[in-house]
Amino acid sequence: MSKNINQLRLLAILAVIGVSVYLLVKMPITLGLDLQGGTRLVYEGQETEKVKVTEDAMAGVVAVIRNRIDALGVTEPTIQRKGKNQVIVELPGIKDPERAIKIIGDTALLEFVEAEWSPGDARTISEEKLKEFYGPEARLETFKEEKEGRERAIILKKTVLMGADLKGAWPGLDQYGNPVVDIEFNSKGAQIFSEVTSRSVGKPIAILLDKRIISAPNVREPIPSGKAQISGNFSVEEVQDLVIKLKAGALPIPVKLVETRIVGPSLGKDSIDRSKVAGIIGFALVAAFMILYYRLPGFLADIALAIYVPLVLAILSLLHATLTLPGIAGFLLSIGMAVDANVIIFERLKEELRSGKTVKASFDASFERAFSAILDSNVTTVIAAVTLFFVGTGTIRGFAITLSVGIAASMFTALTLTHMMMNMLVDGKLVTKPDSKLLYK
Amino acid sequence: MLDVVGKRRIWFTLSGILILVSISAFIFNAFARGLPLNLGIDFLGGTLLNLRFEREVTVAEVRRVLDDYKLGESVIQKSGEKDVLIRTVPLDNEVRTKLLKDLGEKVAPAEILEADVIGPTIGRELSTQALWALVIASLGIIIYVSFRFEFKYAVAALLALYHDAIIAAGAIALLWRTVDVPFVAAILTIMGYSINDTIVVFDRIRENLKKPTLAKKKFSEIVNISIWETLARSINTVLTTIIMVLCLLFLGGEPLRTFSLTLLIGFTAGAYSSIFIASPIVAVWEGSPKKK
Repeated sequence: MSKNINQLRLLAILAVIGVSVYLLVKMPITLGLDLQGGTRLVYEGQETEKVKVTEDAMAGVVAVIRNRIDALGVTEPTIQRKGKNQVIVELPGIKDPERAIKIIGDTALLEFVEAEWSPGDARTISEEKLKEFYGPEARLETFKEEKEGRERAIILKKTVLMGADLKGAWPGLDQYGNPVVDIEFNSKGAQIFSEVTSRSVGKPIAILLDKRIISAPNVREPIPSGKAQISGNFSVEEVQDLVIKLKAGALPIPVKLVETRIVGPSLGKDSIDRSKVAGIIGFALVAAFMILYYRLPGFLADIALAIYVPLVLAILSLLHATLTLPGIAGFLLSIGMAVDANVIIFERLKEELRSGKTVKASFDASFERAFSAILDSNVTTVIAAVTLFFVGTGTIRGFAITLSVGIAASMFTALTLTHMMMNMLVDGKLVTKPDSKLLYK
Repeated sequence: MLDVVGKRRIWFTLSGILILVSISAFIFNAFARGLPLNLGIDFLGGTLLNLRFEREVTVAEVRRVLDDYKLGESVIQKSGEKDVLIRTVPLDNEVRTKLLKDLGEKVAPAEILEADVIGPTIGRELSTQALWALVIASLGIIIYVSFRFEFKYAVAALLALYHDAIIAAGAIALLWRTVDVPFVAAILTIMGYSINDTIVVFDRIRENLKKPTLAKKKFSEIVNISIWETLARSINTVLTTIIMVLCLLFLGGEPLRTFSLTLLIGFTAGAYSSIFIASPIVAVWEGSPKKK
């Protein structure tokens, strides 16, 4: 009878190990940005005179950023809202974070503006006069032509088309072989463009990106096809980036980069290697201490601890938690805390044995009586860890998660697994007398 | 058996001195250095560049390049033979890229280990969050312990926790080590974990109070007995955790050093305060003449 029970217990323990190891092999834990290298960016939506930071605007920001990142070809990016006006972007393992930052954060507001080169005296013209002659939206700007290097005064009359009116954008070359962006308007846009070009022959159309004039070509003839080119002394890479931004659309509100964290691949590797060494040595020292101090029960606690390690990692991978450096620290720390429950039980066991009970009765009593102390002390640690989770951000959440999972798992291994193994000792008649040398004097 | 409760003046004085030293450290730092603790960029905002150069470089070489940027007070430290840590004001993407390029050309090619730029608003948010975390965790603990034991016990436990947290933070202030987010995690972990030993003693007091054999003893004697009975486990539970903390401290590498140092001091203070502070407070409070 007792033999059968022991077989069942052994089976249960092996099952826990088996499932944990299987899970770990099947779904390895994802490493956080601080360990695998990568870039974390926090953008904050900025209110403008025209547009308020609304729920819709922020949702739009997230959608546009997602499109841009997808176009960059980053694997497994995370983009999430935080608070009222922040967006957190995490890009694992990208090689050129500077380029990503440039592409993601630009508003990329594309405008086509009906314009006119200003007559010589326009620089001195008053604003009222300007508005009277050229329309209520008219304003005076200077445009520096890159090729000729001269500055010309230009009067921007009215924005007629925006990035949203585009059907598509592609990298292309102009007739001299310079990189340009080829664009095509959608049907409504093409119609407007046709009308505007018809009445603007001989006059320029200014193309503005984020309120900055990038080019102002003169219209030679009406363009009914809805196709145009944006030239602006671009490099090939700039053209590619602009295409990405135009395709993804403009951000509904401008955003400001408020936090940048770039971690190179070496730092994470260093950290992982070091924590492995720290973990193995720490585990060995804790295990040795338990055997020296608590003998056979200590050894059983060590077996439970050896099961605890893959168990915690398996739970973390089940929860899809990402392992960060503070997370690893929390995990290593929890190895030291995991044996606490066993220490409390074994100390209790000493007392119970001294009081003259049988081994079996002492074992049971020690687990039963130690439970309240173990539960209460663990709950308080979890209270602190959960607070950290909800208040903390980024990598610290990783710490809170591993610590909480670690504590929960240690309750299981210390109470259930060690108890089972200790009962195996009794039922297997390994330990029969309270003064057995396998226990303690 | 050591009369822990009877000799409480000694323990309270010792703790009082330690707390006084810690608070003096905060005040001294605040006046002499402008901040009670050496707050890092996580709190204040700023730029942190951790670079690994191809060859061994000197701080002076790096400073020469930085001086061109007129960044004001920048801290430049060596964190390894080829590794250099630069802390300065928040730089925008373009300036940072240019600075890194300049350093690569004028000093030596460098690999970016880490490059962080935190805006000042984010830092302020974090400080508020950290304070909230302390308040919420304190409330959580006081409610739970009041529920499981009594309000008196909860207050005593919390006083012991603040004692541990203040001493840990004080030591970090004295050493003037840079503190960032992990420091907040360390302080909260100290609060969550150091209470464990206190609870083990409280649990024993709760149990001993029900024992008929001890019914005639004075409350302070029961506290003494309870402390004594649980001494081995109080020490051993902390010891195993401190083993891991020491491994982290000495083997875990630079990023975790301040974090593990804070934990080491906090846990040690916690083991002491569970035995010598929390329980005597309960004994004094419970044993006061007002009690019927």
